[in-house]
Amino acid sequence: MAKPEDPYQTLGVARDASQAQIRSAYRKLAKQHHPDLNPGSKAAEARFKLVSAANELLSDPEKRGRFDRGEIDASGQEAPPRHSYREHAEAAGGRRYGAHGAQPESWSQADIDDMFGSMFTDEARGDTRPRRGHDERYVLTAAFLDAVNGAVRRLTLPDGRTLDVKIPVGTTDGQVLRLRGQGGPGRHGGPAGDALIEIRVAAHPLFVRDGQNISLELPVRLSEAVLGGPVEIPTPGGVVRMRVPPHSDTGTELRLRGRGVPAHGTLPAGDLRAKLRVVIGRPDAALEAFLRDWKPEHDSDPRAAMEEGP
Amino acid sequence: MISIEMVITRIPGLRRDDLERWIGNAWVRPDAQAGGYMFQEIDVARVRLILELRDEMEVDEHALPVVLALLDQLYDTRRRMHDLFDALRRTVPADLQTTLAATLEGQRRDP
Repeated sequence: MAKPEDPYQTLGVARDASQAQIRSAYRKLAKQHHPDLNPGSKAAEARFKLVSAANELLSDPEKRGRFDRGEIDASGQEAPPRHSYREHAEAAGGRRYGAHGAQPESWSQADIDDMFGSMFTDEARGDTRPRRGHDERYVLTAAFLDAVNGAVRRLTLPDGRTLDVKIPVGTTDGQVLRLRGQGGPGRHGGPAGDALIEIRVAAHPLFVRDGQNISLELPVRLSEAVLGGPVEIPTPGGVVRMRVPPHSDTGTELRLRGRGVPAHGTLPAGDLRAKLRVVIGRPDAALEAFLRDWKPEHDSDPRAAMEEGP
Repeated sequence: MISIEMVITRIPGLRRDDLERWIGNAWVRPDAQAGGYMFQEIDVARVRLILELRDEMEVDEHALPVVLALLDQLYDTRRRMHDLFDALRRTVPADLQTTLAATLEGQRRDP
């Protein structure tokens, strides 16, 4: 079905038309396109349907209001409330994608000097003592594994300089690295300020970090879960072979000691926790036949702990 | 919280592999939780924006990071501007606010 057009256009009235104007416009068009007055004209019939639908929507003040606010579409269907990116980005929640992460934007000394000029700075009072340059803040987005294992990444500054930033092993999201002397130049022979680099860690499709530990969901076959067997597990340091113990189930957790975030500073290496998820895959005739004849020795209801439905 | 499946259902024309690549590029930054990504409304709106930029406004994926970085800077600036307005409204005496408004009005009239 064609997308319903704007009911105001259909009736040829302005968006602020009165109820009386809408009624009169509808009557005029209904007379013109009524199928009984235009026998055999498919076009008139289609037009009449559109006109009737538009009138039904606009003649009801409540529906008309909801359409105007975008809560329902021209066919009267509920439209999901849709907020533009701008509405989110301009609100406080927009800091999620801001240069300083979820923190409120801070005003640097340089910003405040820009705003008020040198009116309030020492120089205006003839002070030429050496002054340290401003600290400058930057954000660098690091890949998940670079933050876990450590890496060197090049950051290009707005003035064209480049900085090689050493991301240390085990860097966490929001951690700020201070590069001494890489900020704004000092005045009257004072030292340069520092560059403060906030590391934003991108999400990883498999790994989730919790302090020094890393967790992962590991899909296993039914046979691997019941009988046990060797599996290959991806870890931040590469693939590791391990045995799934027999009688495992969805939710069983394998712990790979020392395979999480590597040791750094005073922190020992964390663990990798692989949570099993049993995947049955496409059943074949043999499995079906087995299950039909199978009388489980320990039959229990997996939903026993769930509350009674309404 | 919104799962990746819900995002794909809510945005017609969105492909899972595209979305996963955008997350990998950190263009979209959902929260990572055991068992998958969790999206907030702003993330969904951003995914919709990226899709529209690419498919309707023909900004190809090579140019997208530049466009997104500029947009993020623009919104940073606009949030700071609103913070500044709030601070001015709270702290500046009424007569000074009037003077300020008149000055800006003057700039608007004779550019």
